[in-house]
Amino acid sequence: MKRRAVRAATAIAAVSAVAAACSLSNGDGGTQQTPTVTLVTHDSFLAPQEVLDAFQKQSGIKVSVLKQGDAGSLTNKLVLTKANPIGDVAYGVDSTFASRALSEGVFEPYTSPEADRGPQRYAVDPEHRLSAVDVGDVCVNVDTNYFTSKGIPAPESYDDLADPKYKDLLVAEDPATASPGLAFLLGTVAKYGDAGWKDYWTKLKANGVKVVSGWEEAYTKQFSGSSGKGPRPIVVSYASSPAAEVGDDGKPRTKALLDTCYRQVEYAGVLANGKQVENARKVVDFLLSQQFQATVAATMYVYPARQGVDLPAGWAQVAPLPQKPQALPADQVQAGREKWIGEWRTLVQ
Amino acid sequence: MAPVGFLVVFFAWPVLAIIGRGFAAGGLDVVLGDARTWQLAGFTVASAAASTVVAVLAGLPVAFLLARVRLPGVGLARTLVLVPFVLPTVVVGLAFRALWPDGGVLPIVLANAFFNVAVVARTVAGLWARLDSRTTDAARALGASPWRAFRSVTLPALAPAVASAAAVVFLFCATSFGVVLILGGARYRTLETEIYLRTVDLLDLSGAAALSLIQFAAVVAALVVGGLARRRKEGARIGSGGARTPRGGEWWVVGAAAVVLALLVTPIVALLAESVSTEDGWSLAGYRALTSTGEKGALQVSGWDAALNSLKVAIDATLLAMVVGVLASVVLVALRRSPAQAARGLGETMDAVLMLPLGVSAVTVGFGYLVTLDALPGDLRTSPYLVPLAQALVIIPLIVRMVLPVLRSVDVRLRQAASTLGASPLRVWREIDLPLTLRPLVAAAGFGFVVALGEFGATSFLARPTAPTLPVAVATLMARPGELNNQMAYAACALLMLVTVLAVALIDRLGRGGVGEF
Repeated sequence: MKRRAVRAATAIAAVSAVAAACSLSNGDGGTQQTPTVTLVTHDSFLAPQEVLDAFQKQSGIKVSVLKQGDAGSLTNKLVLTKANPIGDVAYGVDSTFASRALSEGVFEPYTSPEADRGPQRYAVDPEHRLSAVDVGDVCVNVDTNYFTSKGIPAPESYDDLADPKYKDLLVAEDPATASPGLAFLLGTVAKYGDAGWKDYWTKLKANGVKVVSGWEEAYTKQFSGSSGKGPRPIVVSYASSPAAEVGDDGKPRTKALLDTCYRQVEYAGVLANGKQVENARKVVDFLLSQQFQATVAATMYVYPARQGVDLPAGWAQVAPLPQKPQALPADQVQAGREKWIGEWRTLVQ
Repeated sequence: MAPVGFLVVFFAWPVLAIIGRGFAAGGLDVVLGDARTWQLAGFTVASAAASTVVAVLAGLPVAFLLARVRLPGVGLARTLVLVPFVLPTVVVGLAFRALWPDGGVLPIVLANAFFNVAVVARTVAGLWARLDSRTTDAARALGASPWRAFRSVTLPALAPAVASAAAVVFLFCATSFGVVLILGGARYRTLETEIYLRTVDLLDLSGAAALSLIQFAAVVAALVVGGLARRRKEGARIGSGGARTPRGGEWWVVGAAAVVLALLVTPIVALLAESVSTEDGWSLAGYRALTSTGEKGALQVSGWDAALNSLKVAIDATLLAMVVGVLASVVLVALRRSPAQAARGLGETMDAVLMLPLGVSAVTVGFGYLVTLDALPGDLRTSPYLVPLAQALVIIPLIVRMVLPVLRSVDVRLRQAASTLGASPLRVWREIDLPLTLRPLVAAAGFGFVVALGEFGATSFLARPTAPTLPVAVATLMARPGELNNQMAYAACALLMLVTVLAVALIDRLGRGGVGEF
């Protein structure tokens, strides 16, 4: 028995050494001198490496990105780890989940000097624990070619979607499993009120709305205007989606219906109990800076929160920011979210 | 002790911590008393059982083909059957969705079975190839029909492997997440999707904890049933076995296996077709894009880098899991053979405990890591080591299930004879156990490696964006608009399949060569 134990220990030691060697070879050693701030964010986060490098050169701070699922998953992980956070600064908690993060004390107050260039328009709390970084609108998108070739006008409003003229054409996401689905549901709550949204969804259901579980399936498989050439010409997606559907002729093949939008603001903040508060603040400043804000449209398909930042060429025509989107106050969303999802499940499924 | 310690630190502690939080929050009784909860549980168990039946029925002819038939192309079939196992669930879900646009129960059952035919085929074939064919020959000589000989002699001898495979498949199906989400939406939900929803979207930890307990109970029940079936027959005689050209009615079995393989290959071909079709006809743009980071930099590293990272992580995970899994199996066999009743009981319990990682939701483990692992030195919560650790957790049960029947079937008398003749324990192990078990060990490692390559649930929780694995990269690409990203996602799937086929072919070859040397 003893011999076996020794052998086992040797084997484990040997394998661990090999394993460590394998794993370490993709590590990023050699930068121990530079302070590293861990930015916890959602899966959709993208930043051009040269912009991050420029920030490191200018501030001496290396940003290490840690993606943690979608906005909801990110928020919940921050809540679970608030006593000993997994990073120093977080970006991507959106207006749907902001009040959960705030009421749980995930963030600490910090007013960035950059915030007065617009982001404060979207402020959610007087202590400025969260600074708005970007704005994205969930809107109904249509395949313009479909409606042109059928000779019928494309729908324009929520009411149109319930019009029998557009029967069996809409595909939407399940609000319980996909964030655009939730935003669309919240948009209808904002539009028709707590009393009227269920009537509206009853009509949508009668009009053949198809509900799928994720954006991927809705947009790339069911929607006729994307690469998948699915069967349905109307889809719940984003105001910026048409920017990805510009053909070789430079013309968009799809259009966002600007009267069917619900606004989601994404925030960044310094994590309470983090280890590098000063440097984390500088990273928040960076996220609000002209340099970073100028990249968000092209890389993440969202609109900068900062004013006076140029959008990529063509966005003004293809993917303009809706002027009057629906929105609900964060605390109302926090109070109603689960109830509405539950009622929606009973009603639509 | 090492296997137990590993499971305690990286499995039991995180899971209990997160479930404990749910307990602390209260409200468990409400969830447990809700009729809808029990509907969920019923649907979960029923659909997983149905998938298991389909996978076993489809897997047995393939196992026969792999174990007993010598025909050109069998080697290829052995490799090919594993490919479905590593396909990202989002891709398979969408493929089945194309066939059944409205989703529903049937596609859920079939898709889950699709993933798991390989588990049955390879686990059973591992034992079947080593069954002594003389007993069957004797039965035939005594006048039994081939079917009768199969039923009375071969099937009982295979029972431990079939039960092992069925238990594993049931656990995989009962906890499958992506397939149910895509094909069932919110209409058909299982405990797993509901646990995910409540944890990730609602932060309803007490609800998730209550559901986890039910899932846990179902898993333990499945393990007990599997264990009972395994206990019935042990120590099947090992002989030369031997593959040969099929004759008579065996051709029907080979035909059935061919049909199963054709069905398994269909979605694979559809996927390959998708990877080369664009708006303007056929194109390799998706493959060319693998050297890049995708349209508008959808990934942080290129597709190739993701593939290399997948290989590295899967190698680490396989090595780790082999050490833990083989040690655990050796201990289990020793306990099971012990004359003491208590030791045998301990063996049974440990056997079941080792399987539990398959039956617990990845989200529970992932969230558990967040609330526990900061207590360890080095704050493992955000460490890149966590990915191979989590993947090892997933494949250890599989390795144990594949290694255990083989270790057990080594005839004790051979060992006793060697000892009597003066061989040291090490020498006995080298001369008896190793030659008899090397090939199945290598096969188990290969299988574990492939599972680690395709693992998505736990990996997607833990992988860093600078080091995604291929399945994570596929999911990321699928979640971005742009035709090129979509094509690149399918091309990455094709790459994943290619890596799988090469790795499995290589390992199968190594395993075979090794046996010849002894």
